Amino acid sequence: MITLAGIRAPIAGTIALAALLAGGAALAADREVRVYNWSDYIDEEILTEFTKETGIKVIYDVFDSNEVLETKLLAGGTGYDVVVPTGPFLSRQIGAGVFQKLDKSKLPNLKNMWPEISKRTAIYDPGNDYSINYMWGTTAIGYNEGKIKERMADAPINSWDIFFKPEILAKFKDCGIHVLDAPDDVLPAVLNYLGLDPNSSNPDDIKKAGELVEKIRPNIQKFHSSEYINALANGDICLAIGYSGDILQARDRAEEAKNGQTIAFSLPKEGAQMWFDQLAIPADAKHVEEAHIFLNYLMKPEVIAKASNYSNYANGNLASQEFLDEGVKGDTSIYPDAETMGRLFVKTSYDAKTQRLVTRTWTKIVTGQ
Amino acid sequence: MRRWLLISVPYLWLLVFFLVPFFIVFKISLSDIATAIPPYTPTFDWSQGLSGIGTFLSQLDFENYFFIFEDPLYLNAYWSALTIAAISTFLTLLIAYPIAYGMARAPKEWQPTLVMLVILPFWTSFLIRVYAWIGILKKEGLLNLFLMNLGIISEPLTILNTTTAVYIGIVYSYLPFMILPLYASLEKINPSLLEAAEDLGSPPWKAFWQVTFPLSIPGVLAGCFLVFIPATGEFVIPDLLGGSDTLMIGKTLWNEFFNNRDWPVSSAVAVVLLLVLVVPIVLFQRNQEKQREAGR
Repeated sequence: MITLAGIRAPIAGTIALAALLAGGAALAADREVRVYNWSDYIDEEILTEFTKETGIKVIYDVFDSNEVLETKLLAGGTGYDVVVPTGPFLSRQIGAGVFQKLDKSKLPNLKNMWPEISKRTAIYDPGNDYSINYMWGTTAIGYNEGKIKERMADAPINSWDIFFKPEILAKFKDCGIHVLDAPDDVLPAVLNYLGLDPNSSNPDDIKKAGELVEKIRPNIQKFHSSEYINALANGDICLAIGYSGDILQARDRAEEAKNGQTIAFSLPKEGAQMWFDQLAIPADAKHVEEAHIFLNYLMKPEVIAKASNYSNYANGNLASQEFLDEGVKGDTSIYPDAETMGRLFVKTSYDAKTQRLVTRTWTKIVTGQ
Repeated sequence: MRRWLLISVPYLWLLVFFLVPFFIVFKISLSDIATAIPPYTPTFDWSQGLSGIGTFLSQLDFENYFFIFEDPLYLNAYWSALTIAAISTFLTLLIAYPIAYGMARAPKEWQPTLVMLVILPFWTSFLIRVYAWIGILKKEGLLNLFLMNLGIISEPLTILNTTTAVYIGIVYSYLPFMILPLYASLEKINPSLLEAAEDLGSPPWKAFWQVTFPLSIPGVLAGCFLVFIPATGEFVIPDLLGGSDTLMIGKTLWNEFFNNRDWPVSSAVAVVLLLVLVVPIVLFQRNQEKQREAGR
């Protein structure tokens, strides 16, 4: 009897497995699209409404760093049909053959896009052949209003001076300062501040930028790319270099918590980096047809406006602007005025050698090694 | 036949889960970085048959290993990771030993419950437990509030984002891995040995050092390996609790892999890390075995 049971168990297992596989095959016949987007970046209602309207099921998954997305894409076979890399990453990934060209005949809503933004995203993706803008934002300064005023009444918060003049930054050391642990986001800002080309791959320029950051290093409590959101909101730190939407998220969290902290965002007068998160379809995507339907749906003005209203980020869709909440459209830290827009710069991707130099310079700054 | 089958199980395990992955990583460490899928070159082309293998092999070299030893960053990171792991292992041993000793000496019917309590933290996600330490150690955190309310300190201590916090995190996370093997070896010690020592006039502390401790050494060694090896490559704890200047090889590896997209160099770093850990451990165990045989 023992042997019989021993044989029967695997058979039962095989049957169950076969049933499962058959079930899987039946599911695959249903239409679906697998989306891999940044965390906290979409109003989930958009996904349910999309399924209701088209009958296509959305399998939605999130990531929190370009590096993680890129590593998956370069390893191949991700199983995703739509992914959302940031500009410089996108352009390098196009070079590596990661994406397929969009079939623009299936994307009639492209007419809604904002030429001003499309012009800038073409720097990464000439002709915008592979990608569509989802959201864009800036990398600048987040601060705690009360704590900054308390320490320096006339603090130059509208200028990068507050970060890059060591004697000024030192005044805020005691209340906590965080900086993104992302050389590609911080060094261009330093180069721009020094009057150099933010995209410079000249080793001397990168060295100069590195030396300046080393001077302010003793005042910085931590280099980290996401901890500052909570730390700002809780009042654990008073100053941070971070992404616009993240800082606005910290502002909203502090307001909701009613903890007496007022967080604000500043776009310095010297200019700041503007970045673009782009929707693209991997070359090995299995649901290409559905991916196009999904992208076209996201370009509907009222749909993408809903996503912006949720995430506090600007989108690249001009027609959507009439559907935006006043708090989003009217906020110059989300939609800067024309003059500020002129001072924003974009960053292209580094070649492997410059990338290594930049990472090495950064490691020296951060660890002192 | 049956004996061979039994013996082959651990070897098959070793082959599939250690040697094969190791050789894949080793192979990548000999290649060059490329903008492609996968991001290194050369890749193996089966269609060309034997001549393909020849050209493939001719394109491999040890350049990445030279690179690692040229820049002091990598050696410093190895050294700092080994130091942090060694100190935390020692601290873990100091805390775990009395706990395991107490457990082994507790009434028999209590012991299963005590073992259960040691394992209990594993029921919560490791990541959440490390996050919880942020709440405890931060400036306005529980520990500082507690100490300030008691009047022990007047200014909050800065513990979070320092190497001290990394030690606390590692010791806390790996404590069960030290307690369990210690308990297993302490529990096996026959109490009549201690009675004999007492009868022969040995005071308890001397009996501990001459009888209990030597008999628990296998447990001490097992526990130390279980803590030291994973602590050396630890990434999550230094990332969440450590400061930016806490240099550890796990973070260096992450930078190479994700920021530089340099799979070949990061593979070389991983291979060297493995050698740094495995070679001394194998030598140590050989030595132990020799001593044991000599003792017989």
